[in-house]
Amino acid sequence: MLSCKDVTRLCSQEQDRPLSLTERLNLRMHLAICKACTNFRQQLFFLRAATQRYREGRKTPDED
Amino acid sequence: MSTADVGTGIDWNDPSIEKIRRDMVRFAQLQLRDAGAAEDMVQEALFSAMKYESSFAGRSALKTWMFSILRNKIVDHIRKSSREIAGADLVSGSAEDGDDFDALFNERGHWNPEDKPPTWADPEASMSQQQFWDVFDACLEKLPPKTSRVFMMREFLDLDTDEICSELGISTSNCWVILHRARSGLRLCLDSNWFDNGEAAC
Repeated sequence: MLSCKDVTRLCSQEQDRPLSLTERLNLRMHLAICKACTNFRQQLFFLRAATQRYREGRKTPDED
Repeated sequence: MSTADVGTGIDWNDPSIEKIRRDMVRFAQLQLRDAGAAEDMVQEALFSAMKYESSFAGRSALKTWMFSILRNKIVDHIRKSSREIAGADLVSGSAEDGDDFDALFNERGHWNPEDKPPTWADPEASMSQQQFWDVFDACLEKLPPKTSRVFMMREFLDLDTDEICSELGISTSNCWVILHRARSGLRLCLDSNWFDNGEAAC
């Protein structure tokens, strides 16, 4: 079973490379019982969305 | 440069262009951490935009279009100059930052009760608030410079980790470690400075 620390590492790498099947299964098993890591993962998705907005110069909608 | 001969109707003297230019300078400075280079880059991007304005398709996305030109200029600049950044320097720099985020976990690798990431209340709504972006900027600037550089290349310039590794002469796993550290730092900073009132996860 992965520790939370391992899971946060995988959640980050998930943004940079395709995870292996084993990694995905282990991740899913852990997330099913761990709210803190689930939050962590969602927050990384949010960061991705925010930086994407940022780099497109759309920091706030309708500012032009 | 005259724009009178092109019929797309971009008024380069419009005050909104100056506002976009200022945002571009700010963006470039964050990427390059060099005010002079940032100004040069934005100048080049503006010249390109004027030169190729006929390829601009729709006015609503003008800023997005100009930012994409700027992003390409910055990527070119990094590709040309990154070999000047010593990869070894980057590696030792990351070791020096330490594993700050290890402190959030106990010896078995589980979250300390007080460090569990809480649920963030309506993060999507934050993105339409200027104050959120001010905090976001401040958090980005708080990242250690070398960590920030890798993060910027990945998230703002949209380079993949293989390219970042080869540009900076670092290993892929080192790249992942640095990116993980950047995301953890940014997450923690936003958590304590913006999403302060989230409920603790159990």
